[in-house]
Amino acid sequence: MELDPLLLSRIQFAFVVSFHAIFPVFTIGLASYVALLEGLHFKTGNPAWAKLSRFWTKVFAVAFGMGVVSGIVMSFQFGTNWSNFSQASANFLGPVLSYEVVTAFFLEAAFLGVLLFGRDKVPRGTHLFAALMVAVGTFISAFWILAANSWMHTPAGVEFQDGMLHVRSWTEAIFNPSFPYRFAHMAVASFLTGSFVVAGVSAWYLLKGHMVEANRKALSMCLWMILILAPAQAVIGDFHGLNTLEYQPTKVAAMEGNWERQAGAPLLLFALPDQEAQTNRFEVGIPNLASIILTKSADGVVPGITEAAVDEQPPVAIVFWTFRIMVGLGFAMIAFGIWGLVLRLRGKLYRPGLFHRALPLMIAAPFIAVVAGWFTTESGRAPWLVYGMISFSEGLTPSLSGAMALTSLIGYMLVYAVVYTAGGYYMWQLVKGGMDDAEPGADEVGAHPKRPMSAGGPIGDASPAAPTGRDWT
Amino acid sequence: MDMIDYTMIWAVIIAFGVIMYVLLDGFDLGVGILYPFAPNEDSRDVMMNTVAPFWDGNETWLVLGGAGLLGAFPLVYSVLLPALYLGVFLLLAGLIFRGVAFEFRFKAAPAQKRYWSISFAIGSAVAALAQGIVVGAYIQGFETENFAYVGGAFDWLTPFSVLTGIGLVLGYALLGSTWIIMKTEGEVQEWAYRIAPKLLAGVLGVFVIISFWTPLVDEFVRDRWFSNLFVIWLLPAGALGCAYLILQAINRRNEGIPFVATMGLFVFTYLGLLASKWPYVVPPDYTLYDAASARESQAFLLIGVLFVVPVVLAYTAWTYWVFRGKVRLGEGYH
Ligand code: HDD
Ligand code: HEM
Ligand code: HEM
Repeated sequence: MELDPLLLSRIQFAFVVSFHAIFPVFTIGLASYVALLEGLHFKTGNPAWAKLSRFWTKVFAVAFGMGVVSGIVMSFQFGTNWSNFSQASANFLGPVLSYEVVTAFFLEAAFLGVLLFGRDKVPRGTHLFAALMVAVGTFISAFWILAANSWMHTPAGVEFQDGMLHVRSWTEAIFNPSFPYRFAHMAVASFLTGSFVVAGVSAWYLLKGHMVEANRKALSMCLWMILILAPAQAVIGDFHGLNTLEYQPTKVAAMEGNWERQAGAPLLLFALPDQEAQTNRFEVGIPNLASIILTKSADGVVPGITEAAVDEQPPVAIVFWTFRIMVGLGFAMIAFGIWGLVLRLRGKLYRPGLFHRALPLMIAAPFIAVVAGWFTTESGRAPWLVYGMISFSEGLTPSLSGAMALTSLIGYMLVYAVVYTAGGYYMWQLVKGGMDDAEPGADEVGAHPKRPMSAGGPIGDASPAAPTGRDWT
Repeated sequence: MDMIDYTMIWAVIIAFGVIMYVLLDGFDLGVGILYPFAPNEDSRDVMMNTVAPFWDGNETWLVLGGAGLLGAFPLVYSVLLPALYLGVFLLLAGLIFRGVAFEFRFKAAPAQKRYWSISFAIGSAVAALAQGIVVGAYIQGFETENFAYVGGAFDWLTPFSVLTGIGLVLGYALLGSTWIIMKTEGEVQEWAYRIAPKLLAGVLGVFVIISFWTPLVDEFVRDRWFSNLFVIWLLPAGALGCAYLILQAINRRNEGIPFVATMGLFVFTYLGLLASKWPYVVPPDYTLYDAASARESQAFLLIGVLFVVPVVLAYTAWTYWVFRGKVRLGEGYH
């Protein structure tokens, strides 16, 4: 069997980037949350904020560590598997990614050390400052990387010259047409992710009657966030879609599952797109709704997939379904926001019930929505790496053989399987261990040995009484 | 404006970034390499905590190296990475396993802790070996055609490059041991004092073999070394001077000089390598100027780098200051 380096590289890229993506969305949201908690503690001196902050910093440390190592992999993927693309687009991507390193990654990394390990080494104000810098860093990072990615979708400000793209206007290239939407959509996605994780864990603690005061505060804050941001995300998403309609009509056609250009297109709730037959095999839809959403008029014209040549069409089923998963989860999030509001108005927000049991399950929702959203966006761009300019096959590394690609793909899968299983497990242990594992007596055997010096070290063990120096080998 | 040679400025910046990476991540990789040989588990806790607040920042210099090359010398990026494809995978896998060990090891139940110590040690050693192999492969040069790599999947793996790999593992371990001398006390420090001279002997041994071997694998280097460019011989002399300093300082039980002198050893060796290859950045065919990105891209990035990197250096220095002094067992860092 002939191994296709192109297909394998695509799978590998999708695999490593999807793994990477779930950590940034979580850490961006959580970094801001930790900074907020530090700030509240600094201002009010209420120990409940300190408890929350210490606990979530520990979770953050684990997630951030995994985000960093998977990110380092990403920065070499372009060169190893897509060297022609790297070479051709280096004049733009190189400076942008370098700016990300010098303005964001160094900031995050340096202040992370102080945030995690400096609590007793620097004044409280400085510690708060470190938390703020980490949070700011994650946003600067998102700014640059999304500028790079958006430019690949809606390239602007560049022109080809001897096989390389040359930048004519940096502002046009960085603030390219899809960038504002993507940045806003991703920023809100990050806050939603942070909110759902914290809300889910707090609700679960309330069910168990654990640290009630602190977790009530946390739950309440997050539900306000969700109530506002979930609908906002739908609105931003709508604008994002309109922008895509303008610049990548075929992608929108695939999201809608609309094969032929038509007026008064229905919004399909269910369909089985059949790429070979160039039609859907089974459809359930709401008449005219797609036209209304996309053109704001019941008989507006919606582009069709068949307007692109067959070999320039994206994989329709993937785009169609991942889009529905994202939007469906988006509406579920809106519902949870409203449910929380209703309970709050009735004064039942803190009374353990179905809501508190359902919230922990929703922790997975934003992660799934994010990965689904990226699959929609990125698969919908196919077969282009840089839309209309460089295709997947043109971008591939010429010396790459199928065997090499397969080796690295299997390698990454094995490495990630081990590392991310362990990471998930430790994060679960952290949550299960609760927020007060530092109190004397927490040194019992089991999942929570005294960890005198790690970032996730228990609270309050700076006291000289804390037993240390146990030999664990 | 046309007078400014951006390419030359960028060569200096990238060269600076690479040596920063080697020196900074070098000592924390070195600590990992020495992990299995530490006297006991308490020492391992201390050793890891001497680097825990810094490793992420240190590794960021590697990311800067990658992105900076893409920005300023894209040809280097798009030839070296395909040429070293499988080696790069090993490097990254090593970095993953050691990077997560920082958090996981202290979270693990007693019985599992060992696995993350092993993960830290092997990950560090593999990453160091892979980096050293890159150096060897670089000295050998790359088969290119029309600005793209055309060689095979394993061209980088030769006895010569494995030797440079081992050399770098020993070198990082030396850097790690002198870092431990500086940052610890008592039993761990005593142990580091004992192993540092042995590591130094190993480094010098490899250094000598490579010095005889390199002119044999590479004609260009041979010509350069034995041409009339005599200053080039000052660099190995400087390296040997540093080696002497290290030994002397260890004998006097000085705590800071061994580390500083080891950094000097690295700098001289590195300058020697640069001077031997200059101005080829994708040997044997392409020079700096062939590999450079567009002028406007180099200029655009330069503005930012000139303003931002001094700030980066300042707050990086500040974090080292915050965590200055000895790390003691059980003295928390939180
Ligand atoms: C919207 C956000 C976002 C997206 C789309 C990406 N990243 Fe990322 N990345 C981050 C947001 C982020 C972050 C928030 O800054 C991280 C995540 C967790 C962390 O530790 O920092 C990070 C870490 C991170 C690191 C480690 C930085 C360090 O050493 O501290 C690298 C090298 C990359 N990323 C590179 C990439 C590349 C090449 C991507 C493109 C495919 C990419 N990231 C997508
Ligand atoms: C972080 C979130 C991201 C996710 C989850 C994601 C997901 C994906 C997926 C699923 C594909 C495969 C599409 C297909 O082959 O059908 C893909 C392709 C690609 N993406 Fe992204 N992407 C993300 C961000 C980025 C960014 C920020 C960039 C560039 C700066 C980027 C560059 C690419 C490239 C070069 C490809 C082509 C390789 C391929 O086909 O797999 N991606 N991405
Ligand atoms: C509820 C209504 C939502 C709508 C109408 C919507 C709309 C869209 C559209 C049209 C795209 C594709 C952009 C393109 O053409 O490239 C997209 C992408 C994406 N969506 Fe959504 N979205 C919604 C909810 C969500 C939610 C709840 C999340 C996550 C919490 C999310 C995360 C993403 C991500 C990560 C991407 C890929 C990055 C990007 O292109 O912005 N979306 N969304």
